[in-house]
Amino acid sequence: MKSILLQKQWSWLLSGFMLGMSFLLAVVLVKPIGVSTQYPIVDGILWEQVQPDLVTENGENKSGYGSSNAYFNENGGKYAAAIAKPLTYGLVFVLAMILGGFVARITQRSGQPELYTPSMVSSELNSMRLKRLQRVFVGGFLALLGARLAGGCTSGHMMSGMMQTSLSGFLFAAAAFAAAIPMALYLYGREE
Amino acid sequence: MQIALAILLGLFFGFTLQKVGAANPVKIIDMLRFRDLHLMKAILFGIGFAMIGLFVLLHFEVLNVASHLSVKSAYTGVIVGGVLLGAGWGMAGFCPGTGLVGLGAGRRDAWVFLIGGLLGAFLYTLIYGWIKGSFLFTTIGGGKSTLAVTGNKAFPALFPDIPGYILGCGIGAGFILVSLLLPVLKKRRVQTGVEESVPQDTTKETPAG
Repeated sequence: MKSILLQKQWSWLLSGFMLGMSFLLAVVLVKPIGVSTQYPIVDGILWEQVQPDLVTENGENKSGYGSSNAYFNENGGKYAAAIAKPLTYGLVFVLAMILGGFVARITQRSGQPELYTPSMVSSELNSMRLKRLQRVFVGGFLALLGARLAGGCTSGHMMSGMMQTSLSGFLFAAAAFAAAIPMALYLYGREE
Repeated sequence: MQIALAILLGLFFGFTLQKVGAANPVKIIDMLRFRDLHLMKAILFGIGFAMIGLFVLLHFEVLNVASHLSVKSAYTGVIVGGVLLGAGWGMAGFCPGTGLVGLGAGRRDAWVFLIGGLLGAFLYTLIYGWIKGSFLFTTIGGGKSTLAVTGNKAFPALFPDIPGYILGCGIGAGFILVSLLLPVLKKRRVQTGVEESVPQDTTKETPAG
């Protein structure tokens, strides 16, 4: 048996255990895992390059920073502060996640790297690359618009939320699956 | 210290999502269309395991865990946003976190997801000022509430009379039980030549010039 670090894919039980450990360790050591907040933060960091006065120091806000943008100014300027000083726990965590995906990929090198989901050999996903890219673009757009409206995504609401038994986590998970299942069946249902 | 933990925990989480198969859109879509429930079982087990672990630690009041909790508010936008996220998730096969892990794992489609995601989030920052007083932000069930008592006074429990660890561990055990009972349902894919049915394949790299 290969070391679990080198297995291409973990069994569902090991997968579940490791997922649970990730979320539990994060709460025990720091705070619940969340990802989607960093998307508008990165937007803000980019936006600031073209409009330097997007975020300004503001003594009235709890964070000491404020913004002309209502969203960044919310919660005592928490997001404005994260844009002004981007080396935050949240952003570093998300960057480390990308690196984690890279490291894991190295340990599973065998055969072709999957660039455009070619493993779905017999489906449209693979045969029509343009269609795939359109779907992934619109999907990304909707997913982040929704995540920001909801105040969290699959990580923050569904996993971190439900493990704390938060009402919002259960509502979010129900709504997300209620939309995702019909969408996947509609777009990919008839394909083998 | 916080930044060091961010790196370690982020690496661990990203590594895990990739090994679990959650950063593979095919596995996500196959889960959503009931072709392969490997991930569903893993997610349910993971939530159940984390829930039991958390409520045991909360019960024994070790490591000051109660103060680390962060319960998000429940409001109409959570449901509307959940539907939008679900639609995007079912369409792309990525969610905000797994898209980034896919990016790290070398998937080129993840870059397109990232750009779409950054634009979706950008639109939200622009419209937030208009919608913030609307029905989308009507609180549900007392806002930042949990089902089980956590011991953190900031988060009211909907079932205050049941001891938190009993309810938390009970729900967690329920998740684990469902994860064990669900079938994997993995079906073998038959390789069929779909390429021939594509009239014009725009995807082939044509030599420049």
